Amino acid sequence: MAGTLAEKVWDAHLVRRGADGSPDLLYVDLHLVHEVTSPQAFEGLRLTGRTVRRPDLTIATEDHNTPTLDIDQPIADLTSRTQIDTLRANAREFGIRLHSLGDADQGIVHVVGPQLGLTMPGLTVVCGDSHTSTHGAFGALAFGIGTSEVEHVLATQTLPLQPFRTMAITVDGALRPGTTAKDIILAVIAKIGTGGGQGYVLEYRGEAIRALSMEARMTICNMSIEAGARAGMIAPDATTFDYLKGRPHAPEGVDWEAAVAYWSTLKSDDDAIFDAEVVLDAAELEPFVTWGTNPGQGLPLSARVPDPADIVDENERVSAARALEYMGLTPGTPLRDIAVDTVFIGSCTNGRIEDLRAVARVVEGKRKADSLRVLVVPGSARVRLQAEAEGLDKVFLDFGAEWRNAGCSMCLGMNPDQLAPGERSASTSNRNFEGRQGKGGRTHLVSPLVAAATAIRGTLSSVADLDDAARILQNA
Amino acid sequence: MEKFTTHTGIGVPLRRSNVDTDQIIPAVYLKRVTRTGFEDALFAAWRGNPEFVLNQPAYAAGSVLVAGSDFGTGSSREHAVWALKDYGFRAVLSTRFGDIFRGNSGKQGLLAAQLAQEDIELIWKVLEENPGTEVTVDLEKKLVTCADIVAPFQVDDYTRWRLLEGLDDIGLTLQHEAEITVFETRRESWRPTTLPAKHLPSVHIEAARPVVPGPAAGTAALV
Ligand code: SF4
Repeated sequence: MAGTLAEKVWDAHLVRRGADGSPDLLYVDLHLVHEVTSPQAFEGLRLTGRTVRRPDLTIATEDHNTPTLDIDQPIADLTSRTQIDTLRANAREFGIRLHSLGDADQGIVHVVGPQLGLTMPGLTVVCGDSHTSTHGAFGALAFGIGTSEVEHVLATQTLPLQPFRTMAITVDGALRPGTTAKDIILAVIAKIGTGGGQGYVLEYRGEAIRALSMEARMTICNMSIEAGARAGMIAPDATTFDYLKGRPHAPEGVDWEAAVAYWSTLKSDDDAIFDAEVVLDAAELEPFVTWGTNPGQGLPLSARVPDPADIVDENERVSAARALEYMGLTPGTPLRDIAVDTVFIGSCTNGRIEDLRAVARVVEGKRKADSLRVLVVPGSARVRLQAEAEGLDKVFLDFGAEWRNAGCSMCLGMNPDQLAPGERSASTSNRNFEGRQGKGGRTHLVSPLVAAATAIRGTLSSVADLDDAARILQNA
Repeated sequence: MEKFTTHTGIGVPLRRSNVDTDQIIPAVYLKRVTRTGFEDALFAAWRGNPEFVLNQPAYAAGSVLVAGSDFGTGSSREHAVWALKDYGFRAVLSTRFGDIFRGNSGKQGLLAAQLAQEDIELIWKVLEENPGTEVTVDLEKKLVTCADIVAPFQVDDYTRWRLLEGLDDIGLTLQHEAEITVFETRRESWRPTTLPAKHLPSVHIEAARPVVPGPAAGTAALV
């Protein structure tokens, strides 16, 4: 029977098929762990006298609570330190590999898995973190789970799951210079809404997706959860195989041959039936920014802040009005006129080396606007090392940006990098919820290119607004 | 896990839609490493406002939350369920739930019951006109009762069965341990293992230092 990519990966992991509405039992190939959602899972194992079934399919890193300055000092915040210490103690007790602060493989869990070559096509990948969908860029079925599921996977290496529905997101055409994967996914979310993907695995396909690099594909799959979806996937192809080849954990020799042969079969059949389909033309996209407090409240940068009075649906109208009040925005204001206080470049959405290169290309030889601060935070310590090897750190420092150690940083208010109440950011992260970047902080989600242009001009801007736009876009 | 058959308690009308898990429990509370004691964190950003529904004495002892659509979207944090349970909630009624939140609820014995929008509106009205009115959630019959309103709700059969039986997930799965072991023997050798660890050579990571504070906006947030 014809199947979708998601169904093929699902079926390959069936330990047992559930009967009469009970869930299927699925095997988990790779379990990623971080300090926030795991302590209670380990506590649960201890309370029930259970242990970790497969430490060799489990890997942990410290990311959410870690400071990005002074990482050689004890963590100042006591609760943060407790979470980190608890993870370290649990990793020791249960024999789990952990990449701690200061280690070259420490970083955001969704950056570390792919860079070690642990994330591969055809795997099931889970983590107690909703942005696990990132790993779907490789053609893995990857999704976030709650802490009791973390405990379940630790104890059994399986998960009972009801099958997901499937939605094809076909992105035709070619992106115009200055638009990026981030603009595609923000446009998708604005189109289908933050609940539009609910219950679905999204499969991104089409010409524009095929043309993307692995890292850009990760940006797209990362934000699938912001459309409410469980997972996002992209069928593996030569781009995927090239990215994996030679990475520390990538298969070698005959294993590589066998793997590639199998991976090449991982695509939706031509006559596979999706439960829903959405089509988008990449050529029509402009740089996208959010104006509200959920990732679906976004518009092209050339637009104005919407007027809630124009919104027909009552729920959406109320939610828009509330969002504008929180964001301190007046309907009708051109988005380009919005001045920001902080530009944050980083996170598991846009904290990889290509993102940093893209920003560096825009800001090289310039000075940031005086009115704002700029934080550049690599997604992992390896990304930091790579950027330094390429001299990008100098570009950022000369620009007036801060060059930090790896971690989630200002993506969420759990570590010292936070917005002050009322402070406004342009952020390459994935969530603009109230208080996400710090209590009272106001977040505009943007691509790395928009973040860079904004850092130069002080107001939300695209590369096209810069004097040397032609040069930058030509080299892109 | 405690069995859930039927529950009666004070209904709390939460007239907001799209209440995501950051609003149910802000990220800052996720730092705790215990499994209980999260009641103070529930809706923390709103609890300072005397108008907020849980700050009104008539609702403070509520155990059935009646929320707007798309409750529990966003981050996968299970703490959202713990906070609701620790506060005393046994059931949440909404027209639609975030997937992960709904899954987490079932596993923790919190009932996430899906109602029609009209019924939510009717119940809101009763609860607002007569604060302190009790709501009965009958999981066996899949019915919510509030004053003279009787409304059906949806919950998937599997979650319902587990809640009724009070069954723990891991124990259920381990009944099939032999099948897991058989599956593992078939695992292809190209699939990765995290141990023994392989990585590029270890390199010293230089600690970044604070920049000398300049006049830039927002420096206050750095301390
Ligand atoms: S960078 Fe942000 S979204 Fe990604 S794992 Fe960290 S906190 Fe979550």
